Order: sequence, then structure tokens, then C-alpha cells
Amino acid sequence: MVAATPLDAVPIVARGTTLEVCGVSHHYTLRGEPLPVLDGIDFRAEPGEFVALLGPSGCGKSTLLRLVAGLDHPTQGRILANSAMIERPDPSRIVVFQAPTLYPWRNVWSNVAVGLEARGLLKSHRRRVDDALKLVGLENFAKALPHQLSGGMAQRAALARALVNEPSLLILDEPLGQLDSLTRLQMQGELVTLWQRAGFTALLVTHDVEEALFIATRVLVLSERAARIKADIRVELSYPRHRGDGRLTALRHRVLELLGLDATW
Amino acid sequence: MFSAEPQRAWPAEITGARNPRGGIWWDGVAAGCAWLGATLLTVGLTNVDEWDRTGEFAAIEGVLGALVFALALIPRGAGPRLQRLGPWLTVLAIVLAAWEVVTAKLAWLPPPFFAPPQALLDVYLSDWPRLGESALRSLLLLAGGYSVGAALGFLTGIALGWSRIFGYWAHPLLRFIGPLPATAWLPLAFFIFPTSGSASTFLVALATGFPVAVLTWSGVASVNSAYYDIARTLGATERFLVLRVAIPAALPHVFVGLFMGLGASFSVLVVAEMLGVKAGLGWYLQWAQGWASYPNMYAALLIMALLFSGLITLLFRARDRFLAWQKGLVRW
Repeated sequence: MVAATPLDAVPIVARGTTLEVCGVSHHYTLRGEPLPVLDGIDFRAEPGEFVALLGPSGCGKSTLLRLVAGLDHPTQGRILANSAMIERPDPSRIVVFQAPTLYPWRNVWSNVAVGLEARGLLKSHRRRVDDALKLVGLENFAKALPHQLSGGMAQRAALARALVNEPSLLILDEPLGQLDSLTRLQMQGELVTLWQRAGFTALLVTHDVEEALFIATRVLVLSERAARIKADIRVELSYPRHRGDGRLTALRHRVLELLGLDATW
Repeated sequence: MFSAEPQRAWPAEITGARNPRGGIWWDGVAAGCAWLGATLLTVGLTNVDEWDRTGEFAAIEGVLGALVFALALIPRGAGPRLQRLGPWLTVLAIVLAAWEVVTAKLAWLPPPFFAPPQALLDVYLSDWPRLGESALRSLLLLAGGYSVGAALGFLTGIALGWSRIFGYWAHPLLRFIGPLPATAWLPLAFFIFPTSGSASTFLVALATGFPVAVLTWSGVASVNSAYYDIARTLGATERFLVLRVAIPAALPHVFVGLFMGLGASFSVLVVAEMLGVKAGLGWYLQWAQGWASYPNMYAALLIMALLFSGLITLLFRARDRFLAWQKGLVRW
């Protein structure tokens, strides 16, 4: 569904961020008791890399994303974007959450425009909103209200809302988790295309092994809570990838083994 | 009560709007007959006591009956809105005729406590300057008090939901003073404020402000926190979060508060006018009772009902406009 808009239509200023996560541990406080969530996470994502964080549900993946987004602060360790400490949210790092969470009182167009409006850039950059809508194939639904969209369309709108800000780091928190499996497969392909065009660094949280391997250049397998990095797997396959590729299957076996789920292989 | 869409599309079995295009509007024929029958009753039977304006009353009934009758017989004479009113028009004529009979014609209901319809007509025709001025005064007082109360309540609610410091100081006050009915302040208000007008403006504002503040506050407090997270990652300032996220998200609650505040303001308005203000419909009621002129009371009550129900309709219209995104009706 991604329209064939040439990339030049959306001027990309920012290139990918270098993301460094250095010895990050985090805990929540639950009824006065500390509940450790992350345990010494350490990795570095190069500009333009697509890193998938894969782990059992409830292992702390989403917590890590909130820390990278600057929505929360780690109890221990540092997170650097282009060598600068992440202390607060910044429009260069945009999060796409599992639920599309569009603002129900705004139509699709003004939902996509929110970021530009918040930063006072809307008047001079109205075209970017139109371009972002075209990019995700929603140009005919600009005036629709969120409750009129299907799940896949809503998630596309959320993606456009992120992309319109030209992020240099796109943080994806199981963005396809709530979609039906057909829409999901389709949007995995679209995500890769968008990433290849825009050149941002991407961080994707997912618990879908196939999705992680199909999309990412690198897969970090996390342990159960408190999460540690169990394995750092480079997926050295060129795009477009093919789901039936034997090398993907082999990698899948290996990841399932790491997660202790290979009994049924 | 408030969030539910009022049922407008009554089914045809109820409204009798069976014949939308052309033909004879049979409910209209029935209504016309009922009104003409009421006219005959009014003119034909003699009054037990002498009542002015019986002739005028009969004339109005007759004209109405003839008009409805004509519209019913002319193809497409009555639009769908009027057609929906058909059964109501018939019942109204019957009720009016019954009222006329048990008061003026048979005097089953004792005068002066019960007045026939023509007595109300007489009040409207002879005392309209005073009634009109009373209605206007009530409306002005209400408008002033309600807008001040709604604005302050709204701001208080936003501040309560947003600022911890404000919440720390204002929340206990609101909890302590808010539940007091505004009417309980009445003696004090008339004592403290220089004029009875300012005192009652204060009372109306108080009655409005409390529900608006509490509901606005709860609206802001119940906003999905993901709305804030998303706006913050997109570079939103605090100001943007309040104006563009918190307030629109809280608006459905705010309208419930405005509705409740409007009801409370009506009651305090009437009491204030009865007890202290020397103008307004509440005062008129009190004044009419003092003179034992019961037709004037009925006339004033009728105007009050029309006025207040009109204001509530207005509020609902505003809500439908502001919350159009909530309904599943908007098409692009």
C-alpha cells in the first residue's frame, strides 16, 4: 500500500542516530519492594541500523523503550544519543506504541500534524503532513476521524504521525502487535521500505521471532525479567527478504533455542 | 443520561408519519378535528363564572384547527417535522378542551386556585410587559452567574487536574465547601454583597461552579496517559499538553458538569428571586401569589418551563457540535 512517492518529496535532514545503551539497569517499586526489570543492558546501535529487541512478554522490553525515548530515567547506567545523554523526550526520537492511540477528536490529517503543531512548525511545513499521509497510503482518509479507521489504517496513521517529524531514531513498541496476521505481514514489508527510504535508526520491540528476523539487521535476544541480553544476532541478509529463505529458518531455530522454545521444532 | 444520544427518530407506528409523500395526512385531520371540537366546546357551553378572553381563546383554537385541517388535506402541506407532531397536536387539543370544561364550564376545580386557559391568555395579553421584563431579568441574571460560575469552575477543574500545588490547597476546600447547597448561602450572600443582584449572581455562579469544577477535574484526571506520552515524544510543551491534549480529552466530562450546573443554577435562581431580588420570574411568582392571582402564576410557570428547557436544548446543541467526533455520524 505504500505509495511510490520519491524520497525527495520528503526532505530528510536527519540521518540515523548512534544509540549507546551503557550498563542500564532499572527497577520499579511495587508495594515498597524493588522489582528489577532490566539488568545491565549494554549495546550500541550504529546509524541506520534496524535493531529488534526480542524477548518473552513482560521481560522489560517496553521499559527499555521508554528509557530510550526519555519518558523515564534509568535507575542505573546511561543512554546516549549521538554521544549526548537522553534526559527528556525529543522529537528526533519518536515512539510508535502498540496501540495506535490517535487523538479521537482530531481527524487523521491533524493527528499526523500534531508533532509539527506542537513545535510551531505546522504553518511552514503543511506539505510534509500530506507527504507523510501519502507515504503510508492514507491520503484519501485525511479527513476521517480515528473511530472510522480499521486497525491497520489507524496504525498507519500513527506511523505517519511519527514519520512527519523526520525522526533520526524511530522507536517501535510492538507496533504490529494488535493487527490481524494478514495486515501484519503486509505492514512488516512496508516498515522495511519506509526505513530504507528514510535512513533512520530503528529500535523495534517484538515478541514475534519471525517478524524480528524478517525486518531487522540485528536481533537482541533478551532473557526473562530482569532482562539481560542473551544473544546479539546479526541478520546478514539483503532486502527484500523472503520469508521462505532457508537462512531465516535456521536463524529462527537458533533464536527459539535461545528462548528455550525449540522443543516443538 | 447525558451521553446517550436523544432518541429522535421515532418509529412510524408511534408518530403516525405513514404517508411521507403526498396524500392526506390523517393524523393532521384528526388533530384539526380535535381543535375544531375544542373550539365548539369553548363557544357552545356557557361559563359558570365570567371569564374574559373566552372569545379570543376560542378564536385561537379555531384558527389553529382550521390551519392544521387545511395542511392535512393539501398534498405535502405538512413537512415531516410537523407530521411527527401529529399525535401530540391531537392530545393537546383534547387536554385543553378537558381543562376548559372542568374549570370554566363546570367549575369542578374551584376558582381562584384553578384558572381556565383563557385566564392565562388574559395574563399574557394584559400583563406582558411585566412578564417580559421578568423573563429578561431572570435570563440576564442567569447568564451572568452561569458564565462566571462555568468559567471559574472550568479553570479550577483544569488547575486541580494539572497542578499538584493547586490541588493540595484547593482540593480540601472544594470537598468541604462544594457540597453545601448554594441556597444555604442565601442569607449570608444578601448580607455580604452590596446589591441583591450581585448576591444572586454569586449564588448562581456558586451553584454552577461546583459541578463544573469537579467534573472537569475528573475529566482531566482520567485522560489516557498515553496521550501525554505521545505528545511529549512529539515535542509538546506543557502548554500544548494542557490546551491541546488535556482539555479536548476532558471535554465530554466538562459537558456533563455544565449540564448539572445549569440545573442547579435554575433552582438557586428561582429561590434567590423569590427571597431577595425584586425582579425576575421567581419574584413574579411570589408577587402573584401575594395578590392571589393564580392565573399569573400559571402563566409565569409556563414561561419559565419554556425558557429553561430552551436553555438546556441550547447546551445540548453546543455539546453535539463540540463533541461531534464522539458520534459515529460524521462522514467525510
